[in-house]
Amino acid sequence: MDSWRANLRTFWTLGTPGTFWLLMFFLIPLAYMFGISFSEKISITENQFTGTLANYIRSFDAVYLQIIWKSIWISVLATAVCLLLAYPIAFGICFAPAKWKPLLLLLVILPFWINLLIRTYALIAVFRSQGYLNLVLGWIGLGPFEMLYNDGSVIMGLVYVYMPFMVLPLYATIERLDRSYLEASLDLGGSQFQTFWKVTLPLTMPGIITGIILVFIPCLGSFLTPDMLGGANAIMIGNVIERQFKSANDWPFGSALSFLLMYVTFGALALRAFLAARSRGVDV
Amino acid sequence: MAETLKPGSGPLDYGNRWWLKILFVAIFVALYSPIFTLIAFSFNTDKRGVVWRGFTLDNYVKAWNNSALQEALINSLAIAFIATIIATIIGAMTALFLWRFRFPFKPAYEGVMALPIVIPEICMGVSLLLFFINTGMMEWSVGMPWPMNLINIIIAHVAFCFPFVAVVVRSRLVGFNRQLEEASKDLGASEWQTFWNVIVPFMMPGLVAGALLAFTLSLDDFVITFFTSGPETVTFPVKVYSLVRRGVSPEINAASTVLIVITVIATVIAMKLQAPQKSGEG
Repeated sequence: MDSWRANLRTFWTLGTPGTFWLLMFFLIPLAYMFGISFSEKISITENQFTGTLANYIRSFDAVYLQIIWKSIWISVLATAVCLLLAYPIAFGICFAPAKWKPLLLLLVILPFWINLLIRTYALIAVFRSQGYLNLVLGWIGLGPFEMLYNDGSVIMGLVYVYMPFMVLPLYATIERLDRSYLEASLDLGGSQFQTFWKVTLPLTMPGIITGIILVFIPCLGSFLTPDMLGGANAIMIGNVIERQFKSANDWPFGSALSFLLMYVTFGALALRAFLAARSRGVDV
Repeated sequence: MAETLKPGSGPLDYGNRWWLKILFVAIFVALYSPIFTLIAFSFNTDKRGVVWRGFTLDNYVKAWNNSALQEALINSLAIAFIATIIATIIGAMTALFLWRFRFPFKPAYEGVMALPIVIPEICMGVSLLLFFINTGMMEWSVGMPWPMNLINIIIAHVAFCFPFVAVVVRSRLVGFNRQLEEASKDLGASEWQTFWNVIVPFMMPGLVAGALLAFTLSLDDFVITFFTSGPETVTFPVKVYSLVRRGVSPEINAASTVLIVITVIATVIAMKLQAPQKSGEG
């Protein structure tokens, strides 16, 4: 690696485009939104910067606090279900025959590349009241059940959409796990359950933490899934933000909510860094 | 404990446990059955799309003749193509920059570069919406001829794609032997010749993989496109969104299938290029 002074012309040529784009179309918009979050709405299209905290205080109104609370527990539940399903999957891929591994991994990741909207649409087609699942249930004399447009369907949708984010970091840590620890535990008389609980789980904790953060953040900020799969009362914070910009036209309040969401995100990332530093397991 | 273990039933052969196999099959069925039913029913003759009545390609013809849907798909592909080209160039330059130089506050710079990857999409979409409206770019782009009227969406897509490209290209560059560069210069090549004839060919698999990644990311994006598209511009996800609100139809299935096929092909090629056995070659 060269010092930046070694070749100034190359340094600036290579560094400028990315820095410019990031500054112009990412950091400045965010800074602008930060400013708006301290502004007051003075007419339909105009906002005046006054340094007010009113927008943040309004976010803690009972109505919004309830929505924030609901977003959090929906995300927590979705993350927990993801973890419970993804752990055995990642474990299974790691212990599968070597020739199968790439294919299994590809199968897990592939849905992630398919458009979020299309996947959500596919779920609606399966679960709606005249959908395929009710059709199949009808053959054995059950249903039709109303499975969509409630909190459960939002959680299911989030799990379906963000599962790959959980599998990948878990796979990365379990793959690097030193299996002689497991053998040692089993040799010394530990049962499979004890081995898992006292050896495997603590050693793979960094992957679990990364996976939890990677799933929790997009779940908390999601707006398409609750919008399409949730009922009228399954609003999450993302829907409130979207409403401030697309219909209610209250930019300052929407900006304040977006920043609250970002603070939670940064908090989660900081927590991850802190836990990763403390944990003695296999690092991702 | 004098039991003889059959092959595959050792204490660590978790891959052969029956409960794990059942769970595997169940989860893969759950992951893929909605997508496969969507694809299968794009060939269905039944209008309501629930019961299988027979094979047809009519839905594809109908979707193709639906001018709004066609326009939306062409817009999305154009956005993805242009954004990919720009994001690949900028991403590759950023990767070279981070790989080649050390400079003050580099860890902080790298942290900021990773921000578009980690912050919630909705925050990025909303902040860009505010930015485009406030700078007048939203209004300005509406009157522009195609494809300039898509410029806001393209800018936004480049902003979230190029950091991904930079990560992919940089991981490729780590394997580069800098003695090749020195050898090239010793043999009389200029800085520029060395770059084009030595470094770029080595980067190529990373560049292609990064470009395909950017392409699929751009094509897949809904949230940021939803916020940055003006009232007049329609992209495929935004169009499907408004159609889905009105109900399920086999036409959407057909159009979605086309998009799925494009994405899957691009992803599989990208993964092949990034496979470890390739990294040893120039």
